[in-house]
Amino acid sequence: MAKTRKKEKITGAKALLYSLIEENVNTIFGYPGGAIMPIYNELYDIEDNKLNHILTRHEQGAAHAAQAYAMVTGKTGVCFATSGPGATNLVTGIANAFLDSVPVVFITAQVVSNLIGSDAFQETDIQGISMPVTKWNYQITQAKDIPEIISKAFFIAGSGRPGPVLIDITKDAQMQTLAFDYQKCTHLRSYNPNIPLNPADIESAAILINHARKPLILAGHGILLSKAGKELKAFVEKTGIPVASTLLGLSVFPSRHPLYAGLLGMHGNYGPNIKTNEADLLIAIGMRFDDRVTGDLKRYATNANIIHIEIDKSEINKIVEVDIEIHGDAKEALKALINKVNANSYPEWLSEFKSCNKIETAKVIKQECYPSRGEIRMGEIVSLISEKTQGEAIIITDVGQHQMATARYYKFKNPNSFITSGGLGTMGFGLPAAVGAKIGKPNVPVIAFIGDGGFQMTIQELGTIFQYKLPVKIIILNNNFLGMVRQWQDMFFDKRYASTELINPDFVKIAEGFDISGRRVKERETLEISIDEMLSREKSYLLEIMVEKEGNIFPMIEPGSSVSEIKLC
Amino acid sequence: MKKEFTISIFTEHHIGILNQVTTIFTRRQINIESIAASASAVKGIHKLTIVVITTEDMIDKVQRHLEKLIDVLKVFVHTNDEIIYQEIALYKVRTTEIMISNKIESIVRSSNARFLEITPEYVVIEKTGHKQDTTDLLNELDPYGVLQFVRSGRVAITKQTKELMAYLKEMDEANNQSAVHSQQSAVGN
Repeated sequence: MAKTRKKEKITGAKALLYSLIEENVNTIFGYPGGAIMPIYNELYDIEDNKLNHILTRHEQGAAHAAQAYAMVTGKTGVCFATSGPGATNLVTGIANAFLDSVPVVFITAQVVSNLIGSDAFQETDIQGISMPVTKWNYQITQAKDIPEIISKAFFIAGSGRPGPVLIDITKDAQMQTLAFDYQKCTHLRSYNPNIPLNPADIESAAILINHARKPLILAGHGILLSKAGKELKAFVEKTGIPVASTLLGLSVFPSRHPLYAGLLGMHGNYGPNIKTNEADLLIAIGMRFDDRVTGDLKRYATNANIIHIEIDKSEINKIVEVDIEIHGDAKEALKALINKVNANSYPEWLSEFKSCNKIETAKVIKQECYPSRGEIRMGEIVSLISEKTQGEAIIITDVGQHQMATARYYKFKNPNSFITSGGLGTMGFGLPAAVGAKIGKPNVPVIAFIGDGGFQMTIQELGTIFQYKLPVKIIILNNNFLGMVRQWQDMFFDKRYASTELINPDFVKIAEGFDISGRRVKERETLEISIDEMLSREKSYLLEIMVEKEGNIFPMIEPGSSVSEIKLC
Repeated sequence: MKKEFTISIFTEHHIGILNQVTTIFTRRQINIESIAASASAVKGIHKLTIVVITTEDMIDKVQRHLEKLIDVLKVFVHTNDEIIYQEIALYKVRTTEIMISNKIESIVRSSNARFLEITPEYVVIEKTGHKQDTTDLLNELDPYGVLQFVRSGRVAITKQTKELMAYLKEMDEANNQSAVHSQQSAVGN
């Protein structure tokens, strides 16, 4: 542990900022308030090129933006909020990052330490509130603890299975002085994220892989988090095993690769779902058998041995009993496996996936992506954008029908180019996530698909886009419904559309107020030209597209059904 | 099938750790039968002893989840035959009841309990043992009017021969190895 900065006497607030610089942070998303003022006061003196602060319009927006920033850059995101309501407004964002294993360090301010517990103005027990949705949290009441705790926070957030960490700092700790001395945290006695692989597990896994006749890889977010896209590709190309992706695993493997089998889960592709129960081996990598992926567990993977490569031991055997557990980092495990597995190919097995794809194309994809009449479909919009951007854009979604359409029909080329809210399913994630993604990757086009419902949950972040002149492209797929809930009401609640119809404002006019150009598209004839116009603009743009009012997303594995009972219509 | 498990959790001595631990049981709707917190034989490391009734499958998941907590060093799960355990109970009865007959005195004597305090108004009886023993005494004293009764959480010592120190040493070595490993790979990059 090398000393990285000479001792000098500074305030706790400044020590926090210096600590962030030591951790190579250069971007912070946040919102000031009373208790955090000493920190913002010190931030005022630090040049923007060292620490660039992005002022969102709501703390929830800052939290989602910090998460999306982390997802596109592979760095740990940082988010500031004040005490009380500032801190509680973060909670949805923290929970979202927790469920999707994204490293974000949240800094909240707290009332002065002698007022804690007195129900002081803007006091809330954020440590208690955030406990179940953080990987770790801590309250600092003395300035001298700041460097050590911040270095711990970054070590914990970014290592092992990443996740959000919250550090609550009392106002007096921000104002006290300390002799600043920063040492990077490299290990903790109670937490060792670097788990050595067990060679015996690798051997047994290789034997199973080499003997399988119908193997299938289930690729999850863990591969992206361990930056193992290359290793996955090498492993797949050597073994010839088809790859299916979870929602959050999307973009880790190129969608147009001949061995890409498609999306898993409730609204995933026909082939990978139905073949899950025909496969004789599932190789699950960095995924956690979410209920949206498995359907009815009693009838899941009925013919398969399961190899589970997973860094979080508590996920192994949590949902499904596996045959071989490889507890460790996905990158290391894939590297080790590549040397042990035989080069192979499964032409017959692959042709079964192709037949499934033909069926799905005929029954779903054709009508959804290439309709010639009727109202505009979500699928055709996503397909057009996919073609026109050649899969090179960073795609953001909110949550709902448009999210499923985007996940299904965009053809991804590059890792970390799909940013969505998976585990928590947070409506309102899309717009602030687009802010974070654009700031993280200013040179890559960022396109956000958002529903008319979710857009209005965090619509205020148009202000952030305006203030920082962020050239994000916003596509509102507007069906004047909370579409996914309406679909369930249609299918399971006798079409009783309780509180799902939205009477919407004029989104283009609202955007205009934020100096964002826009257009509303109602007819298929003007769809392509409008998309071209949006993509040709250098500035931000809002395209509102009126889509089929009562369109349903298919295929679908209905709740309680097995993956093999996936419905095409 | 549900049965009784004793969970020993060794943690850093941080504020909020008990909260972090109990929330794992709360989320899974597991009732905590008893809980005790104390220092351990290793300086700076605290020990929580928690008794729950649940299934083997569930206790495995709980153990893994507890070990995932950053400030938790080690978690052991034991069934009752793998530990030596004890609880302590205190009973308060009116002194007048003792004056009337020698029944209470003989109950205390026969159950290996003892008088902890005797005042003109009340006496306090102490009994250590398993839950059944302290419950039996409560039932025996009940006809004489028990004014107060309290029982501690279970404290337990494991029969295993490998002690916490040995685990800590192993964890330390693994940590040092991985620190060296990550430094090397940083150099490699």
